[in-house]
Amino acid sequence: MKTLLLAGAAALLPLATLAQSAGDDPLKVGFIYVGPVGDGGWTYEHDQGRLALEEALGDGVETTFVESVPEGADAERVIQQMALTGHDLIFTTSFGFMDATANVAEQFPDVTFEHATGYKRADNVGTYSARFYEGRAVIGHIAGHMTETGKIGYIASYPIPEVIRGINAAYLAASEVNPDVEFSVVWLYTWFDPAQEADAARALIEQGVDVIMQHTDSTAPMTAAEEAGIVAFGQASDMAAAGPTAQLTAIIDDWAPYYIRRAEEVRDGTWTSEDTWEGIAEGMVELAPFSDRIPEEVRASAQALADGIAAGEVHPFTGPIARQDGTPWLAEGETADDETLAGMNFYVEGIEGDIPD
Amino acid sequence: MIRVEPRPAPSRLWNALTPLLAVALTLAAGALMFAALGVGPGAALRTIFLDPLFDPRLAAFSRPQLLVKAAPLILIAIGLSLGFRAGIWNIGAEGQYLIGAVLGAAAGLALFPAESRLIFPLMVLCGLLGGLLWAMIPALLKAYARTNEILVSLLLVYVAENVVAWAALGPLRNPDGGGFPGSRQLSRWDAASNPELIAGTGAHWGVVAAMLAVVLAYALFARAKLGYDIRLAGEAPRAARFAGVSPPRLVILCFAVSGGLAGLAGIFEATGPSGQIGIDFGVGYGFTAIIVAFLGRLNPFGIVLAGLLMALTYIGGELAQMMVGIPLAAIQALQGMLLFFLLGVDVLSRYRVRLGRARPADVAAAPRAAEAAE
Repeated sequence: MKTLLLAGAAALLPLATLAQSAGDDPLKVGFIYVGPVGDGGWTYEHDQGRLALEEALGDGVETTFVESVPEGADAERVIQQMALTGHDLIFTTSFGFMDATANVAEQFPDVTFEHATGYKRADNVGTYSARFYEGRAVIGHIAGHMTETGKIGYIASYPIPEVIRGINAAYLAASEVNPDVEFSVVWLYTWFDPAQEADAARALIEQGVDVIMQHTDSTAPMTAAEEAGIVAFGQASDMAAAGPTAQLTAIIDDWAPYYIRRAEEVRDGTWTSEDTWEGIAEGMVELAPFSDRIPEEVRASAQALADGIAAGEVHPFTGPIARQDGTPWLAEGETADDETLAGMNFYVEGIEGDIPD
Repeated sequence: MIRVEPRPAPSRLWNALTPLLAVALTLAAGALMFAALGVGPGAALRTIFLDPLFDPRLAAFSRPQLLVKAAPLILIAIGLSLGFRAGIWNIGAEGQYLIGAVLGAAAGLALFPAESRLIFPLMVLCGLLGGLLWAMIPALLKAYARTNEILVSLLLVYVAENVVAWAALGPLRNPDGGGFPGSRQLSRWDAASNPELIAGTGAHWGVVAAMLAVVLAYALFARAKLGYDIRLAGEAPRAARFAGVSPPRLVILCFAVSGGLAGLAGIFEATGPSGQIGIDFGVGYGFTAIIVAFLGRLNPFGIVLAGLLMALTYIGGELAQMMVGIPLAAIQALQGMLLFFLLGVDVLSRYRVRLGRARPADVAAAPRAAEAAE
C-alpha cells in the first residue's frame, strides 16, 4: 500500500512541473464564425483578423476556429467545447451568439470571451462592434448621386438595431443629396445564404432598382449586380473580385488591430471587460477604393464626408430627423446618442414599408 | 463473368451487415479524404469518433451532449419510420417541429410569469398538438384530395420557418429584450424549463420521450395489428387494401404520429437546450431525422444507434474543426459519405453477385421473385 502511494506521488510530480510550465504555453485563441471563412464578407474579415493575430504574435499564440456555427443551442455547445479544450480567449463573432456566450462564460470564469455586436457583458465577457453606420452614410451619399431610377435596393438580414441603423444612415445620406430617392428593403432572415441573396438581388433589379446595398455576408448580390450591369456596394469586405465593374466601394471591417490588442492584454493580464465601438476614425471601418464610375466631384464629396466623420465634425445622425411616423426624434443640430443608436428599432421619416414585427 | 442478380428476398445477413460495412467504408474513404487535405487521417478520425467519448478533458461534457443532440433526431425519426414503412412520405417534419415549438412556447408565455407545475405539461401538450395539426394539412390533402404529400409537407416547412420568424419578432418577442428579436429565455423560467433531470447526463424530458417512443414503436411493430397493417401497406399495398386497411386512415394516422413526435421534439428543444424561440430556432433536425430513419433501417433500435452516430459526427466534427483544423465542408462530406455508402451497399442485401453465366432458370425466376418481394 505504501509503495503504491509513493508511486502515486511520483506520478504526480511530472504533472506539477507541467502545470508550472503552462505559463510559457502559447496563448490559445478560438474564433466562432457564423458563416464559412470563404464567404468573401463578414466571416472572411474576421478570419483575416485571426490570421493577422497569428502573424503579429507568432509563436506566442495558437488560433483555432469553427465555421458555420448555427446561432442557438449548437453555438453554446461549440463555445463550451472551446472553453474545455484549453482556450484562453474566445471571440464569438455574430450577434446571435450572445446568450450562448453569456451562458458559457458563467461556467468558465477563467476563460476570457469577446462577443461581437452584442450588449451582454460580464467580468470575463467583453463586447465589440464597429460603427458600420458611418460607412453606410458614405455609401448612401454615393448611392444618392449615382441612382438614375431613384430606386435603391437594400438586402437586409435580421431586423435588429445594427441592421436598421445601417438602413437609416444610408437613407439619410442618400436623401440629402437626392430627396426623391426610394429604398426597397428585403428581409432575408439569414446572414449567409448565397442563393437567397442572389434571388433577392435579382428581384430588386427587376423592380427597377439600379443600386444595391446589402447587409448579408456573401458576395452573391454583388455578382447579381455585375451580371445585370448595375452598381452595388461591398459589405464587410472588399468584394471587387465578385463585381469588378459593379462595385463602387465597399465597407471593410478591419478587426485585426482589435484582435491583436485584446489578445496581448489577455496574455499580459491587463484585459478588462469593455464595450468597444469604433468607426472610421480608429480604422475599424474602412472604405474600399472608390470606383472610377463615380464622378470626380462625388468621389471628392464622399471622401470629405468620410473625413468629416473621422474627425468628429459630422455625425451621420444629425437633426432635424423625424421617425417614420412623423414624430420628431432629433431637433435641429442635435446628434443621436449611442444608447438610442444601439437599440434603434424604428425607421426614419421617408423610408417606405415596415420593419417586420 | 460477374453478374448482379436480384435476390428472391432481401438477405437478412446482409441487411444486418451493410450498416457496419458502410461505416467501415466511410472510415476508409474519410481517411483518404483527410490525407488528401493534408491532415493526419488517424488524428482526424480519432478526434471525430473517439475524443468526444473518451478524451478525459471532454468526455464528461461530450457524452451528455451526445444525448442532447441525438434525442430530437431519434424522436422525430421514430415517428417518420412509421410512415416510411407504409410508403407514406412525410418530408416536412422540420415544419412540424417548428410549429410544435412555437405553439408550445406560446401557450407557456401566455401565462408568464406564473409559477405552476402545470405550465410545463401544458406546453408539452400544445407542442404535440402543434406538430400534429401542422401535419394534418398534408395528411388530409393527401387522404381526401390526393395531393402529393411529399411536396405539400416539404413546402409547409418554409411556411413554418416564416411563422417562427414572425413569432420571434412579434407576438412572442421578449418585451424586456431591448427590441431584439427572440422570446424570453424559457430555460430560465422554472415553470417552463426542461432541465437536465440527472446532473451530468444531459438527459432532459426529450431524451425520456425519445426512449419511450423507441419502446412503443418496437412494441407496435412486434405485437400490434396496426404495426402489421403499416408493414403490409408498405410492402404490398394492394394486399393491404384487400385486407381492409384503409389508405386514408393510415395516411392520417402516420402523419399524426410523426407530426406529434416532431412537435414534441420542438417544444423540448425550445424549453431545454435552445432555451427560447429565436428567428433561427430551426437547425434542420427534421431533415437530418430522415437520414437517421434510413440509416437505422426504419428499425426502432437501429434508429437509436443511427441518431447517436449522427450526433457523434456533429460533435466530433466541431472538435475536429477546432483541434485539427479540418474545414466544415470535409465534415459534411464525411456525413454524406455515410449515407451514400449505406445506400450503396444496400445493393448487397437486395441483389447477389455471382460469377459465371446465368442459368436460364435463375433469369426466369428472378423478376417474379423480385415482384413478390415488393
